[in-house]
Parts: sequence; C-alpha cells; structure tokens
Amino acid sequence: MLRALIKKEFLLEFRQKSTLGGVLVYVIGTVFISALCFKARLDKPTWNALFWVITLFTSVTISGKSFLKETGGQALFNYLYYSPRQFIIAKILYNMIFMLALSGVTFFFYAFFIGNEVQNLTLFFIVLILASTGLAGILSLMSAISSKAGGNFALMSILSFPVLMPLILVIIRLSKQAVDGIEWAGVNLDFIVILTALNVLTMALSFLLFPYLWRD
Amino acid sequence: MKRHFYKIFSVLIILYTLVWGLLNPIPRLDILNETIRNVYYHVPIWFAMLFMMFLSCVQSVISLSKNNLENDTKALNAAIVGFFFSLPGLFTGCMWAKYTWGTWWTFQDPKLNGVAISILIYLAYFILRASIDDELKRARISAVYNVFAFVMMNVFIMVLPRLTDSLHPGNGGNPAFGKYDLDSNMRMVFYPAVIGWILFSYWLFEIKNRISSIKNKLHD
Repeated sequence: MLRALIKKEFLLEFRQKSTLGGVLVYVIGTVFISALCFKARLDKPTWNALFWVITLFTSVTISGKSFLKETGGQALFNYLYYSPRQFIIAKILYNMIFMLALSGVTFFFYAFFIGNEVQNLTLFFIVLILASTGLAGILSLMSAISSKAGGNFALMSILSFPVLMPLILVIIRLSKQAVDGIEWAGVNLDFIVILTALNVLTMALSFLLFPYLWRD
Repeated sequence: MKRHFYKIFSVLIILYTLVWGLLNPIPRLDILNETIRNVYYHVPIWFAMLFMMFLSCVQSVISLSKNNLENDTKALNAAIVGFFFSLPGLFTGCMWAKYTWGTWWTFQDPKLNGVAISILIYLAYFILRASIDDELKRARISAVYNVFAFVMMNVFIMVLPRLTDSLHPGNGGNPAFGKYDLDSNMRMVFYPAVIGWILFSYWLFEIKNRISSIKNKLHD
C-alpha cells in the first residue's frame, strides 16, 4: 500500500513534465542569479549560508504544492482508500527522496556556477540526506496545513520558516564543518546526533498530528 | 472571595518584588553590577510567557482530542496573553543588554534568536487562524500547528542554547545569579516574582476567557 502511494506520487510528478521542468528551471535560475549577484569567489561561511538559503527556499516552494493536488474527487478517493498514517508516511518519504534529488541538483549547479568549496564531500552528503529528511518531515505537515487553510503560497512560507529555523541552524553548523574539511576525528558528532533526533521528533509529530487534518 | 484570592495575592507579590527588588542588597558582580536586579523582572516575565504558551498547547491538545470549540478559544487566549508577555520580556532584555553588552540586540546569542523566532511562530499562528473562516476547521488546523510550533519553540529556546555558548549570564562563563545560588537575599525576591507573574498571567487569561464567552453569547 505504501509503495503504491509513493509510486503514485512519482507518477503524478513525472506525468506533468511542466512541473518537473519548472522545478529544474527554478533551481538553475536561482543559483545563476546568486552567481551573477556575487560574481566574486565566495568565502566559506558565505558559500555555506547561501547554499542553504537557496535550498530552504526551493524546498518550501516545491513542497508547498505537495498537498494542493489532493482536492475535490482526489481527496475523497484518498480519504476512503488510505489511512491517514500511511498517507503522511508516503508523503514524507516521497518529499524526502524528491528533496534529496533536488538538493543534489542544486549542489551540482551551485558548484558549477559558483565553485565547489566543500572539502569533506562524504560528510556533506550525509548532511544533505539528514537535511532533506528533516525538511520533508516538517514541510509535509506544513503543506497539509496551508492547503487546508486555503492554500495560498504566502501562508506556506509564513508557517514554515519559523518552525524550520532550529533545523536550519543545526544543518548550517554541521555543513560548515564539511565545507571547512575538518578531519573525521575532529568532526563534532553531537550535531549529527541532534539533527537525527530533530528528524525523529518532527516525523513523530507529523505522524501523530496529521490524522487530525485528514477529515473535513 | 476564594476565587479572587490568587488575584489579590499576585498583585501584592508583584508590588513587593517591584519595590523590594530595587532596594534589597545584591552581590557585586563584574559587568552586571546593579543591572542584576533585572533578574527580578525580565526572567519571571519570560516564565509567565512560557507558562501561557504551555497552557495554550495543552488547550490545543484537549481541543483536538475532544473536538471542543471552547478549548480552542482558550488556546487562542492563552497564546495572546503569552504573546503580550513576550513584549515586556523583550523590552526589559533589550534595556539590560544595552547597559551590559553595549547593544540593544545581538545575533550572537542563541536565546535572542530563539525569542525572535518564537514571536514569529505565534504571529504565524494568529495569521493562520485569521485565514480560515469555518470555526470547526479553524479549531482543528490551528491546534495542529500550535502543538507542532510549541515543540519546535522549546527545541529552539531550551535545547539549542545549551549547545553553543550564550552571552547570557550563567552561560559561557558569564557571571550569573545561578552561581550565587546561596545569595538568599536575591532568592527572596526572585522566587516570589516568578509565582506572582505566573498568577498574574493566569488572571489575564481568565479575563480574556470571560470576554470571549460574553462575545460568544452576544453573537448568538
């Protein structure tokens, strides 16, 4: 059932080539504009901060529409056919995979246009995985809330930016270590533990709270 | 009369801490000097705010489990009172920071960021409520956001500041009240102030609730 749900999400996404292409153009456009604005080679803290700001904005924009498709007849079908718990898990997993791919693409173009400052790539990819998990966990629920509340885009940003802040701050700290290329022995593992704990916490909350949004 | 006892009690305690807080003897600490008295006003007001936010979260959980509109109104009222308390808390903090750190605001301190984010979170909560017309739907959706937001706010102001050095007294080797716990003079004002402000916030919360229920009756 879960697999079918996730497969459905991907099918819907790939069937509409315009949305997928739109996402790509959005990412490339944002990165290119940043590259043009800065022009000079960025120092490490700025590189790191700019990358995560771009990723943050992209993921809020992308996941903002993740519940908008579920309206009218589609919503009724989902309501009758799936349980809310399955549904939110499928959404989170799908968003997680999608955001991981998206941040990978962002990183590729970012490195291409602005330059790659990352010294410890393995750690950086671990951060990417943890970050997309956390973002998916929070943004899936926020997207559900904002689509139930009328679904305008401003509401999505207003609701999600403040609650994303703890996550983003920990991510930026950890990612800074990857960018600085600290040896593995010197990496502060506390941040990885905290990031994982935050991810578990937000997912558990989404899992518990989503059923209340389900009925209409 | 019994019902009103805690109100009189809270006002008396707050009056006592306002006056005696300015007069009582305090330990002389570097940097802090006389500004340490702010611990009688700034910290208890934050505690009152956190208490109200906690109350709001509890009311939201009850309104979710019982599907009850009354608890939803209470959650909103508690959030409004808590939000109201965040402003003097912020103001006293800024005043104090100006005289000890030399600036009204600094982004170096995780607690300050936490407060700014908490204020944004509750503003978002009010905006979310304003954008839904249907009462039952509003109760359910805003309760979900409120519970989620309260947990994230606690992560921000309780967990994250402990990871990094804060400029706040008691963190990162700065002198603080906590290190001089044995100073019973300060305890005599600080603990009553906490109790007084929390009771006072609860009084405001009750008044808000009564106003809401009167408005409701007029509306029907």
